[in-house]
Amino acid sequence: MKIIVTVKQVPDTSGKVAVNADGTLDRASMQTIINPDDLNAVEAALQLKDELGCKVIAFTMGPPPAEGMLRELMAMGVDEGVLITAREFGGSDTYATSQIIAAAIDTYGVDQDDIVFSGRQAIDGDTAQVGPQLAEKLGLEQVSYVGAIEKDGDTIKVRRMLEDGYMTIKVKTPCLLTCVKELNTPRYMNIRDILSAYDKPLQVMTYETLKNHPLIDKTTIGLTGSPTNIFKSFTPPQKGVGTMLTGDSKSVATQVADVLAKKHII
Amino acid sequence: MDFNLSKQHQMIRKMMASFTENEIKPIAAETDRTCEFPRENIEKLFDLGVMGICVPQQYGGSGSDALASAICVEEISKQCASTGDIVATHNGLCCDPIINYGTEEQKAKYLPMLTTGHKVGAFALTEPNAGSDASKGQTEARLEGDHYVMNGSKIFITNGYVAEVFVVFAMTDKSKGTKGISAFIVEKDFPGFSIGKHEEKMGLHGSPTAEIVFQDCIVPKENLLGKEGRGFPIAMATLDGGRIGIAAQGLGLAEGALAEAIAYTKGRVQFGKPISKFQNTQFTLADMELGCEAGRLLMYQAAMAKDAGKRYTKEAAMAKLFCTEHAMKTTTKALQMFGGYGYTKDYPMERMMRDAKITEIYEGTSEVQRIVISANMGL
Repeated sequence: MKIIVTVKQVPDTSGKVAVNADGTLDRASMQTIINPDDLNAVEAALQLKDELGCKVIAFTMGPPPAEGMLRELMAMGVDEGVLITAREFGGSDTYATSQIIAAAIDTYGVDQDDIVFSGRQAIDGDTAQVGPQLAEKLGLEQVSYVGAIEKDGDTIKVRRMLEDGYMTIKVKTPCLLTCVKELNTPRYMNIRDILSAYDKPLQVMTYETLKNHPLIDKTTIGLTGSPTNIFKSFTPPQKGVGTMLTGDSKSVATQVADVLAKKHII
Repeated sequence: MDFNLSKQHQMIRKMMASFTENEIKPIAAETDRTCEFPRENIEKLFDLGVMGICVPQQYGGSGSDALASAICVEEISKQCASTGDIVATHNGLCCDPIINYGTEEQKAKYLPMLTTGHKVGAFALTEPNAGSDASKGQTEARLEGDHYVMNGSKIFITNGYVAEVFVVFAMTDKSKGTKGISAFIVEKDFPGFSIGKHEEKMGLHGSPTAEIVFQDCIVPKENLLGKEGRGFPIAMATLDGGRIGIAAQGLGLAEGALAEAIAYTKGRVQFGKPISKFQNTQFTLADMELGCEAGRLLMYQAAMAKDAGKRYTKEAAMAKLFCTEHAMKTTTKALQMFGGYGYTKDYPMERMMRDAKITEIYEGTSEVQRIVISANMGL
């Protein structure tokens, strides 16, 4: 059994957001972080590793500096990294991205008892599409918005979080689960794994590595192969500072009514 | 000269900064107010391999180096110098002498306790009449058959009432002066060992300081650390390393105070503009930044010399002296920038200033550091 986790380096939204002329993000000029939901996916994988002793492999697609992120994941306990990087892959939307990552995972190999974890969505695009698309392209069972996991042999019982409740689903391996932040609290890197992070295996998959895979077709990858066209990117105006009303319920209700009356809403 | 940290050291700094922000900062003021040992965070620091960071991996440690250890203490001390002190003492003053002078049996027994065993360590040298003049200790250890009988007391012992393993210095032959001092590994459960007064201090309220008392304390003969009569050089060499830790603590305090001062002065508007726009503020902040950078280079130089196996007595003393005096200056000037608010407990400045003062005193006062530096100048 092994666990594959897909991770993405995203712009640190606490800093400035820069946009290219074509509307895509100017990632090179922005500070990056590991996508928060992906850290929950990594933690879920590492908890199963702690329990079962299986290997955890992190896959990411991005420019060569994304290796630094993979090394940080290794410093948390991930065993191997796969960096998918090529000019041909640049500018891919979710459809093209999932084509490429699916080709990479398929090339690495998915066995009967394996699990693929993805984060629910990335904070840059907020689409929540790549995980489910990957499952489709790899032909895997999938459950999205996973908030709890129990593994029993080849069956995994998961809690699927919905807006107004949750559903409990049983799924058999191999499968893909997309993780939400309620699933766990990601661990910190630790000193021992930091010291060994740069000794762990890292495989680089380029266009040359993947070009013969059936999912890789120049017309369906990269910016030109992406069906999504970005019309315009902009930073929304910041909202003003909110007002905190304090006191007991009655007093707060009175204050709310006063505010609404002053604004002629009531 | 390469001033860049290795990728691993950069990663250690990033991890430690994140841990400090999420786990240490939120309870730092409360730890100061309640004077409680931050046990939950210390347990987490054991799990992360920060406690016992330099202990070789075969004894349960992380197998890292002095530079990594200093970076950890620096980052932690930006928010809580008490926690930084606990870590620096455990690593630099208890684990280090056992790593450097312990027999294979002592390492196999005690280092796992101080790492995977989550037992906190301490160092006991100072006595009521033997502070800067550490050679004048009165605690005695008399060999009787297969054990030593230890009598006396030690004061101002960091981690004193939470530690379970102590490196203790005692006279085994009073007629020989410093050559009659020996080092021992003492467990808190040894018969005749007890904890005396818990000190109430001006600062470092989360760092537990106590007197420890030996009353016919039975210390097995095999717990002699190094050779009999070689305790004083062990103490001095251990303090050289420990001083890098206190330099890191002082540097962290100064960096933390500087960050607070920058944030506050950018937001505080007086006379129609943020006070960060006044040249007086800018020059003061520039001096603070300059001192932090210089202190960092001195501290890293000392840590790197230690890791390279070079003599680093003078380098450690310079780093300790500079960083801790800069911590005192920076916290004092930063508090001044906060005005009346800085004097209240609503802001961390008064805590940082109280915490900074001790760094100029313990592990060798500033005056002792000047003695050490000048003694290494061929005067």
